Amino acid sequence: MGLDKNIIDRWHNSEILLLGGSAGSFKLLFQVVKALPAGLNKVVIIVMHRKKNFVSEIEKLFAQNSRMPLKEISDKDKINKNTIYIAPANYHTLIEKEGYFGLDVSEALWYSKPSIDVTFESAADAWRDRCTAILFSGANQDGAQGMLKLRDEGSLTIVQHPEDAEMPEMPYSALNLNAVDYVLRTDEIFELLNN
Amino acid sequence: MIGTSQSLTAEQITELIDLVKKVHGFDFSDYSKASLKRRLTRIMMIKKLSFYDLKHKLVNELDFFQDFLEEITVNVTEMFRDPTFYKALNNQVIPYLSTYQHIKIWSAGCSSGEEAYSLAILMSKAGLKDKSFIYGTDVNTVVLNEARKGIYSFRNVKSYAENYQMSGLSGSLTDHFTTMYDAATIHSELKVNTLFSVHNLISDTVFNEFQLISCRNVFIYFETQLQEKILELFYKSLCPHGFLCLGSKETIRSDMFKEKFKAINQKENIYQKIGS
Repeated sequence: MGLDKNIIDRWHNSEILLLGGSAGSFKLLFQVVKALPAGLNKVVIIVMHRKKNFVSEIEKLFAQNSRMPLKEISDKDKINKNTIYIAPANYHTLIEKEGYFGLDVSEALWYSKPSIDVTFESAADAWRDRCTAILFSGANQDGAQGMLKLRDEGSLTIVQHPEDAEMPEMPYSALNLNAVDYVLRTDEIFELLNN
Repeated sequence: MIGTSQSLTAEQITELIDLVKKVHGFDFSDYSKASLKRRLTRIMMIKKLSFYDLKHKLVNELDFFQDFLEEITVNVTEMFRDPTFYKALNNQVIPYLSTYQHIKIWSAGCSSGEEAYSLAILMSKAGLKDKSFIYGTDVNTVVLNEARKGIYSFRNVKSYAENYQMSGLSGSLTDHFTTMYDAATIHSELKVNTLFSVHNLISDTVFNEFQLISCRNVFIYFETQLQEKILELFYKSLCPHGFLCLGSKETIRSDMFKEKFKAINQKENIYQKIGS
């Protein structure tokens, strides 16, 4: 196998890694966090659907297994490279052009707060072609619009192969919108992230 | 879908902010830009307006501004949002408050009153109902009317009941409501000691002295320099050793106010005023 040079170049050139996932993606995102090298030199933002009052041990679990500093986002936090940020439950996470996060408690989208669309669209607005976005398993259509906007701005957009996704609807929705540059098998995603 | 079709440029947003300020005297210039942009895009989509339509309506239709304000400001709220916060309030703050003769509470940016009534229930549960009074303020008159009525959909109240349970209070949230079909009305004994009125955190001043101010998930819509200005207003509005509660993901960023407020619960962002 092997990834084509184009995707590797675009991955190397991107400064921000956006990861979106819902039902069936928790374990995979955990594996991704574990696999990300310490010297990645990118901003990593994870938007993961979850229940609002779920007492969150996720950050702790993720942080213990990450080679980079990891933190749950607070309002107006400055965005730094070599840090993994997790969007908090019951808020939408937005990106301010000046380089910090903004939170929002407005209506849920696709019954989801955080919404992947909100963060991805906001990232497209602030960072245009500087991102790589990967959309994983999920049982609704969240993320597809955001991927489309990122792709329109020139960012690299990737979905997990629907056959590999526990819940294929999310990757399918992005594909149906023609919002995807590459469809990768799960092992190819790990190969890329470690390249 | 929200937020995808039309896109506003930064210049257009500035133009709208200036226009609203000039025509309606309402200043959005220090609102967080990403969120404001989303709200503006949303109102254009819901009302099917182009940028030019929106400008035209803002200038020529006086009634439209109230509508605009209602859509721009976020009015999504819950009763007992963040149960751990209410738990902390109950354990760390209520014992202190109970030593006061009168307890005046300000729910700033109260929207339709869910937080104000949550606090009223908390005070009542602590046996402090008769000596406490809760002021709810917002810029939006439409939501204030809803707050005054204290009528919520039973479906919503049922969804808040889970928060209530997790906050560790005894009984059930529905104990505090009278339900008829889908309308759940807060008990009048809880409504007696509340007052809802218009107050603009950006342009209005101190109107009373409080033992506790709760302003949760309002600062997220403001840039830090505006937050600082409002912290000044809160500082002046608190009695010595009064408490300030911000949202779970909102912290005091200003170095000056970090000196003036002591965090008594870092995780829940509950602060106590230092000095007088």
